[in-house]
Amino acid sequence: METKAKGGSRKAEGSGHDPRVASHAPMNHGRRQFMVGAAGLTFGVALGVPDVLKTGDGAALAQTGKSVVINPYVTLHTDGTVIIMSPAAEMGQGSLTSLPRIVADEMDADWAKVKIVPAYPAGKLYGNPLFGGEQYTAGSATVTGYFNSLRQFGAQVRYVLVENAARHWGVPVAELSTQPGVVLHQKTGRRLTYGEIAAFATIPAEAPQIAVEPVSTAQFRLIGKDIGRIDVPGKVNGTAQYSIDVQVPGMIYGAILREPMEGAAPEHIEDSAARAFEGVIGIVPLKYGVGVLAETPWAAFKAKNALKVTWSRKAKGWGFSTGKGYEQFAAAAKDLALKGIAWEIKGDAAAAMGRAATVVEGEYRADYAYHAQMEPLNAVAAVSPAGDAVEVWVGTQSQTITVVAVAGALGIPESRVKFNGMLLGGGFGRRGNRDVEFIVDAVLMSKSAGRPVKVLWTREDDVHNGRFRPLYVNRIRAGLDASGRVIAWHHRVACDEVLAFMDPVRYKMTKGRDNIAMRGTELPTYAIPERLTEGLQQATGMRTNPLRAIGVGQNSFANEVFIDELAAKQGVDPVAFRLRQLDTTPLAQRARHVIEEVAKMADWTRRREGRGLGIAYLDYSGTQLAGVAEVSVDRQSGAIKVHNFWCTIDVGVPVHPDNVVAQTESSIVYGLGLALTERITIADGAVQQSNFYNYQVPRMRDVPEIHIKLIPTRNHPTGAGQMATPLVASAISNAVFQLTGARLRQQPMLPERVKLALADAQTRVT
Amino acid sequence: MSEKITTTLTVNGRRHSVTALPDTPLLWVLREDLKLTGTKYGCGVGQCGACTVHIDGKPNYACLNAIKDLEGRSITTIEGLSRDSSHPLQKAWIAEQVPQCGYCQSGQIMRAAALLKENSRPTRQEIVDYMSSNICRCGTYVRIARAIERAAKEG
Repeated sequence: METKAKGGSRKAEGSGHDPRVASHAPMNHGRRQFMVGAAGLTFGVALGVPDVLKTGDGAALAQTGKSVVINPYVTLHTDGTVIIMSPAAEMGQGSLTSLPRIVADEMDADWAKVKIVPAYPAGKLYGNPLFGGEQYTAGSATVTGYFNSLRQFGAQVRYVLVENAARHWGVPVAELSTQPGVVLHQKTGRRLTYGEIAAFATIPAEAPQIAVEPVSTAQFRLIGKDIGRIDVPGKVNGTAQYSIDVQVPGMIYGAILREPMEGAAPEHIEDSAARAFEGVIGIVPLKYGVGVLAETPWAAFKAKNALKVTWSRKAKGWGFSTGKGYEQFAAAAKDLALKGIAWEIKGDAAAAMGRAATVVEGEYRADYAYHAQMEPLNAVAAVSPAGDAVEVWVGTQSQTITVVAVAGALGIPESRVKFNGMLLGGGFGRRGNRDVEFIVDAVLMSKSAGRPVKVLWTREDDVHNGRFRPLYVNRIRAGLDASGRVIAWHHRVACDEVLAFMDPVRYKMTKGRDNIAMRGTELPTYAIPERLTEGLQQATGMRTNPLRAIGVGQNSFANEVFIDELAAKQGVDPVAFRLRQLDTTPLAQRARHVIEEVAKMADWTRRREGRGLGIAYLDYSGTQLAGVAEVSVDRQSGAIKVHNFWCTIDVGVPVHPDNVVAQTESSIVYGLGLALTERITIADGAVQQSNFYNYQVPRMRDVPEIHIKLIPTRNHPTGAGQMATPLVASAISNAVFQLTGARLRQQPMLPERVKLALADAQTRVT
Repeated sequence: MSEKITTTLTVNGRRHSVTALPDTPLLWVLREDLKLTGTKYGCGVGQCGACTVHIDGKPNYACLNAIKDLEGRSITTIEGLSRDSSHPLQKAWIAEQVPQCGYCQSGQIMRAAALLKENSRPTRQEIVDYMSSNICRCGTYVRIARAIERAAKEG
């Protein structure tokens, strides 16, 4: 009943790919949320598949003829063009290309005929199942979250096409197979292209539920193969469009002087100097600041800088500083009488601690850190004269959140918001907060102006109004048995609250558990049976947000430096100590593999004159990684130089391997800045840095030789976009210890901190 | 000081007369008046290089050059580097899949084009030194360096 490929029937892209047999039988429990029965060619319309799919952009991409919408993701045209909707935001992570690859693979599409269209806001159709059906691109959760449903959609399309061909030829479905873009009946040598089938296809009223092959055995044709990202060509010639590039007729410009901290409203505005600038159209008092409308960006910036505003002293953040924060957080972390909100409980850590032969403690800190996405925040809005409708052009990590926030700002229904999603000039967590304040800015300014407005934040605004990775004090206690194995673990995390500020909607559902602050404290692969991690999030009035690697960036730093300290105390090699501590689960076997491989790559046991090696391991949302840093230290200045960084990463099945490597390179460079130089400080509630001259991010000269080994395994794909970031600081700190005996327990590892640690290590030796 | 002036300058081989406040940076004239949006705003203070263009053939920051100083000068932006993305650097950028968010890449490519004009076979260290003026927050530096080496080789 299965047919075999004839010689020469393989396509170039699918080299080694046999025609797929049509053996997938539809199952009966149709997933109606995906495809609801509206009989005929416009199958899927009943679900609210929008006009764009029926007649709009989608059809316009095809050359001639008509098109058939097979499900919310796929429209097939009679000329063979396959239009695939891509539901996530593109901020450089590549999912605009990766997600349609998953659909195309399962439907056996000819990739050369695929056109990708970014999906518009419709959470019900395009939401990420991991985020309760919201279109929210974050957490490196896109490929992993959409993977199963996109395979299912692709399989449905393929089944519908095969089933139509079978009816057309009057043969059983089981005699048919597919090749990229073609259905074959090998008994008779007949073939129909997908485009030919589109001309007569009828779409079933019930969504066929297809049993897709498990990832452990599936034969992928496109998944796992490298391909040029579709957004890349426009990014080398200046044609890629970000929201900052948008111009609409009649548009003017806006700039906003925002309150120095949340809740400090303007009390007195002195704007005569600002109004005097040529090109200034108006001054707009807002609840949270003062806006300037002008003919040009330059006039808007100059006028904004000339505003003199007295702020109300009611805001919670007044008087707060980095120093006070450390004092308060350290006290909270240390005071065991102060109960935190449990994040992870395994067994009875307190009882196990009592049984331990020795108890070891460590404290770790991190400064506030800033996203520094290259495109300063901005948005374009055109509010209708009556104020009852709006069109926005935005770079956002969430289409869903944006539409709700914009509608809320104007008090209009969501259906009156027309959304234009643009490329993001970097996201890193900055553009997914529930209030999307940088978009609401443009909406309020356009409403006031009565015409379209592009609101631009200067880089200084972007820093001063930043929403940061919080200030952290982590305190870990470990209980060891007589053989030196860790049997109990207690990790307390004191930091500014994040989720409560950035996403009150989600916070309400979590009962105070702040996942953005707490993630990364868990230790799913180390065999430590009794564990307790607690969150002591503090309401400081500071603005916070997820920042690439969220809490993992600091919590994993604390874990992995502490583990290194435990190894050193026992005189055990840090790699051997980690391997010994690993569990025996299948996940821990993958952990073992990445650690052993990275040690091999770095030639771990070879000592190098004047240089130290440090290792770090991490399970990040199921992705297994390990990193080794090779460093030297200038003892005079305290400067750390990273010469090499080796990294192994296992994301399960890599959908787009070269892009996993690219994202890992990116994560390492980002981690390097957080580890060594990046630091926001607060004085009297306000941010003290302004621009790249006093917030220093890595440049090409700072980047070590990077060696990455991607280890594909037959597991469900997990995240890639930020996973290596936390490894960097941990590995560097551990490498500095190996070289100098000095322990660095605070990010960033600034030269003056290194010098203090070196002096401290010296004191302990002498 | 606050009266607008008219400046005539050549951009990508075409003469333009633009009227703006004298201290208006070239960046905003390129982007908002001439609609050449490939040149990006990143910092406004010559720290990040996202606005890198060539002024009379030399790499420069569009954010730091006021329009009053540009009378008669010749500007090349990313849009003028080639008509069809055929510059060796643009081809190499695609071959190495350099861009991620892509926002800084116009500036990176313009900076790299100036480097290759000055030094057609730069060493890795020369590339690193020359390109360290430009920030890429996605950290695509490894691929930028590789793409420059590829363009130098494949010309």
